[in-house]
Amino acid sequence: MYPENLRYTKEHEWILVEGKTGKVGITEYAQHALGDVVFVELPEVGTKLKIGESFGVVESVKAVSDVYSPCTGIVTAVNETLLDTPELINQDPYGEGWLIEVEVEELDSELLNSDEYEDFVAEEE
Amino acid sequence: MEILKRTPLYSKHLELGAKMVEFGGWEMPVQYTGIIEEHQAVRRTAGLFDVCHMGEFEVMGAAALPFLQSVLTNDVAKMGAGQIIYTLMCYPHGGVVDDLLVYKQDEEKYMLVVNAGNKDKDWQWLQEQQRKWADNGKDTPTLEDISADIGLLALQGPEAEAILSKICSVSLKDLRYYRFFFAEIAGVNALISRTGYTGEDGFELYVVADNTALVWDALLDAGKEKGLVPAGLGARDTLRFEACLPLYGHELNETITPLEAGLGYFVAWEKGDFIGKEALLAQKQKGVPRKLVGLVMVERGIPRAGYLLEKDGVVIGEITSGSFAPTLGQNLGLAYVVSSEAGLDNEIAVMIRGKAVKAQICNKPFYRRGR
Repeated sequence: MYPENLRYTKEHEWILVEGKTGKVGITEYAQHALGDVVFVELPEVGTKLKIGESFGVVESVKAVSDVYSPCTGIVTAVNETLLDTPELINQDPYGEGWLIEVEVEELDSELLNSDEYEDFVAEEE
Repeated sequence: MEILKRTPLYSKHLELGAKMVEFGGWEMPVQYTGIIEEHQAVRRTAGLFDVCHMGEFEVMGAAALPFLQSVLTNDVAKMGAGQIIYTLMCYPHGGVVDDLLVYKQDEEKYMLVVNAGNKDKDWQWLQEQQRKWADNGKDTPTLEDISADIGLLALQGPEAEAILSKICSVSLKDLRYYRFFFAEIAGVNALISRTGYTGEDGFELYVVADNTALVWDALLDAGKEKGLVPAGLGARDTLRFEACLPLYGHELNETITPLEAGLGYFVAWEKGDFIGKEALLAQKQKGVPRKLVGLVMVERGIPRAGYLLEKDGVVIGEITSGSFAPTLGQNLGLAYVVSSEAGLDNEIAVMIRGKAVKAQICNKPFYRRGR
């Protein structure tokens, strides 16, 4: 459920870091808790992000949730496919349901690895 | 801490993997597999809802009719036995205590079905009116809160009749909309009512609380081949929203009148005096200050309850319910808007997270089933 190559926030975002690039999305736990995602609001390419800042919104039928940045950096790509097919977040949260790509300047020092995140989620439930 | 109440189907919901939430003091299933999937099942085949949380009161005796005529806005005297009406119950100032259904069993026996979250308030209000009648030397009806004794299921969708027919002791063909009768379902007595809160054909089934689980299982079994699924409060809300059926606490409350809500049809001016009549009549003559309207988003965004509406930078109203509408594939809202800005096609802005997002006033209801 929580791939080992990802790092996680306590707000249920994941980041995949490869070199200077970080790809960000929400976790399996988050998509399941939200239910059917029907709308996303994402930043524009070039937006500067700071650790812990809200960079967008994911809305399900019932809930409106902010998504928070796991890093400081600049947005280099956004997943435009989600504008028309936000359900990809439910179907494939770690793949086609990614939200943004960032050129990472600094990672949140409190990110969790997959084991730690799994424990954290178990406690929340 | 408030202890949440549970319906007789609580363990069934857990077995089915439902996500449970608080609603009106009850722990209820919001969804089983997913709100959109359950919503579509009700539109295309059928869904089964646990609505045991609703409240039921009996009003009995020779004084039942005059009492109900005085506390409700609609005309109970016009009802025949076996008939149901929708009505509002108002305060003297015209605000709404609750919206409810009245079932007439015979001249001296009626059942009121009220919202779960309002049940205690309604009960107190009715008792207060009963005391006033007694103080004035008038005969009063017997009031009884039978909510705890009754289980209520809603079977909704185009396949509802075919499914219920399989386990019902009588034919349902002749049961018309807003009518009820008593029959057996899966061998147990039930009040079968052709009503619902989804915009589809369907039934609401009242049984003795202890029989609820038996009837629930029998229906799910009978409906399996037809595509019947259990459906939660999430789908119930999106379904009623598309059909523009009001929800108390959103489109209705103590400060909103039935006229503002567009429910004047359920106010019987000719029947004589009733609580709130004077205030409502005055508002009718003067014109309502605000109106309930439907709106469709023109730009990207989902309107949500509580978001403000603006026109040229001035606040003109507020969203009461808003959602992605699964059947229509659009982002829609219900809102109160000052009457001068409530015209069809008027372009207005919904304030979403500080930004003005374009929307347009549109026709209601958003969804109407085909015949």
